[in-house]
Amino acid sequence: MDSQMRTSTSEKSLYGVLAEFRNPKELIDAAKIVNKNGYRKFDTFSPFPIHGMDKAMSLQKSKLGWIVISHGLLGFAGAVAMIYWMMVVDYPLNISGKTLMNVPAWIPVIFELTILLSAFGAVFGMFFLNGLPKLNHPLFNSENFKKATDDGFFVCIESEDPQFESEKVQKLLESAGATNIEEIYDA
Amino acid sequence: MSKTYEYVPEPALIKGNHDFKSITALVTDINLRPTPKLWYVAFGISNILLLVLLISIAYLIWEGIGIWGLNQPVGWGWAIINFVWWVGIGHAGTLISAILFLFRQNWRTAINRFAEAMTIFAVMCAGIFPAIHVGRIWVIYWVFPLPNQMAMWPNFNSPLLWDVFAVSTYFTVSFLFWYVGLVPDLATIRDRIKSKVGKLVYGGFALGWRGSNRHWWNYEKSYMILAGLATPLVLSVHTIVSFDFAVSIIPGWHTTIFPPYFVAGAVFSGFAMVLTLMIICRKIYGLEDIMTVDHIEKMNIIILVTGSMVGFAYIMEFFIAWYSGVEYEKAIFILRAIGPYAWAYWIMITCNVISPQLFWSKKLRRSVGFTFFISIVVNIGMWFERFVITVTSLSQDFLPSSWGYYSPTFWDIVTYIGTFGLFFTFFLLFLRFLPMVAVAELKGVMPQADPHNYDEVTGEYKEPVVKIPEPRKDSV
Repeated sequence: MDSQMRTSTSEKSLYGVLAEFRNPKELIDAAKIVNKNGYRKFDTFSPFPIHGMDKAMSLQKSKLGWIVISHGLLGFAGAVAMIYWMMVVDYPLNISGKTLMNVPAWIPVIFELTILLSAFGAVFGMFFLNGLPKLNHPLFNSENFKKATDDGFFVCIESEDPQFESEKVQKLLESAGATNIEEIYDA
Repeated sequence: MSKTYEYVPEPALIKGNHDFKSITALVTDINLRPTPKLWYVAFGISNILLLVLLISIAYLIWEGIGIWGLNQPVGWGWAIINFVWWVGIGHAGTLISAILFLFRQNWRTAINRFAEAMTIFAVMCAGIFPAIHVGRIWVIYWVFPLPNQMAMWPNFNSPLLWDVFAVSTYFTVSFLFWYVGLVPDLATIRDRIKSKVGKLVYGGFALGWRGSNRHWWNYEKSYMILAGLATPLVLSVHTIVSFDFAVSIIPGWHTTIFPPYFVAGAVFSGFAMVLTLMIICRKIYGLEDIMTVDHIEKMNIIILVTGSMVGFAYIMEFFIAWYSGVEYEKAIFILRAIGPYAWAYWIMITCNVISPQLFWSKKLRRSVGFTFFISIVVNIGMWFERFVITVTSLSQDFLPSSWGYYSPTFWDIVTYIGTFGLFFTFFLLFLRFLPMVAVAELKGVMPQADPHNYDEVTGEYKEPVVKIPEPRKDSV
């Protein structure tokens, strides 16, 4: 209700509050504080993955493993089915009287296709889980946020969080030691 | 017995006094600066060689593979040698990026991007040879299981078909692995570049990466799984390449030692190639703080290990030939050492067995100039290894009446030289437009990246202190 009112009154709607921190340790501490205060729609940004951030943010185990294994099994089953159909069913070739079901000789191709499909799962599954590619994002409106890929460490609490109140959030981040706080708008 | 020893700390991965910002600048400024003049010179030379390659391929397609020195009895010559050589070089990149990652060798971050790029371009050069070797290149799609006018399928029992799957999978997976690693660094360049076109292009390829830790969480998982997939893959690729030989019944080829021996040789030559390229680039681009002498030493140790494995395999081949009691096997190994190709055999032994042993000396393996020299010697040696394997076995097999001597023609040689044009054209483009060090990964292994290295109260960075355990006097 509150967010709907805001969109109707002004052109730009508030996406969230972005706060910068000095280093990985302070970012972890800030993430813990934000998490403890019950915010769920928040994220932290850093130029590299930080050890221990998953616990600080209470991140769920990544689902990627399931995507990869299902792709791997698909690759395996698909390769077996393809070779069986081509070598035994569709066009059987008698090669010096050898058996048509020459399974040991199929292992290399089955192995390669299992790996190939698993790798597709690992790469495209990761991008899918992360919602990438994404051509634009409200955070890119912040000039300061460019540091996130260099040496900046950021926390962003999104306005979609049920507890979100801009002033309260800003105060919380300030007390957590943020060096720079700004409001981010959808442009 | 009393013994005094002192604690030897692990050398710092990055030399000099760097923070995150200076590392970003050191690497990505190379891409943001105006193109250096020397780059144009190198690129021009590479383009000329690339043109040589294209002309020789065009002439080959026009005239047929009779322009090469192939005939009975030697039907596999330089093309297959070059294929195995290039694909072997590629293996170092995957070893560095995947296997060293699984073993938590953090020093790999300085060279993995670089080595992976080398892998991709080397596999491209390799792939050309079997493709143009088929003779009728316009029906090359017959190697894939695609419907064709004969209503036939490729023979899945054939090692040559396994090779098609192995090399194409290897290329695809290496490329994906490389690209996944590149995405955060492309985002770094996107955020630093001034030009509009640059922003658009780098922004497009960065896919909207913004360093979110929710993303990093999946990303690290993906990277780990890819490393786990690429490790058996890289071992399988050269294994399958060796099957091209080992599954036949030609004396000297039909041996079970081939898969491990080929893989060790591949890593051996690949590390040498990484060193050759790295020693030039760290100098020109001023990356000595990142690619340090410690890195060179560690790579030289791997060259020493794999070189010794290759040397052991040579001895083992001889032993098994004698032990098998097969006349043809015995004959081919003696002919390799004293026959018409003895010159190639002894070049191989000198370059691959003797030269890496010099790295037992700490002084030599920490010498940049000497390493550069040996890295080239090793790649010459590894080329001759493939020459010896491919040519000697074919030229003198079962029937002395059908023996023959093989020599390359002009076109064999220029095609090989031309692949360097392809390799360096791509490599120079890579150096110019992509960050040649994995910046995000490198920052992740700096001591400043570890939250434990900050003061609890003030939040200021403090150098990590290593606790040295007291030696247990009673047991020493």
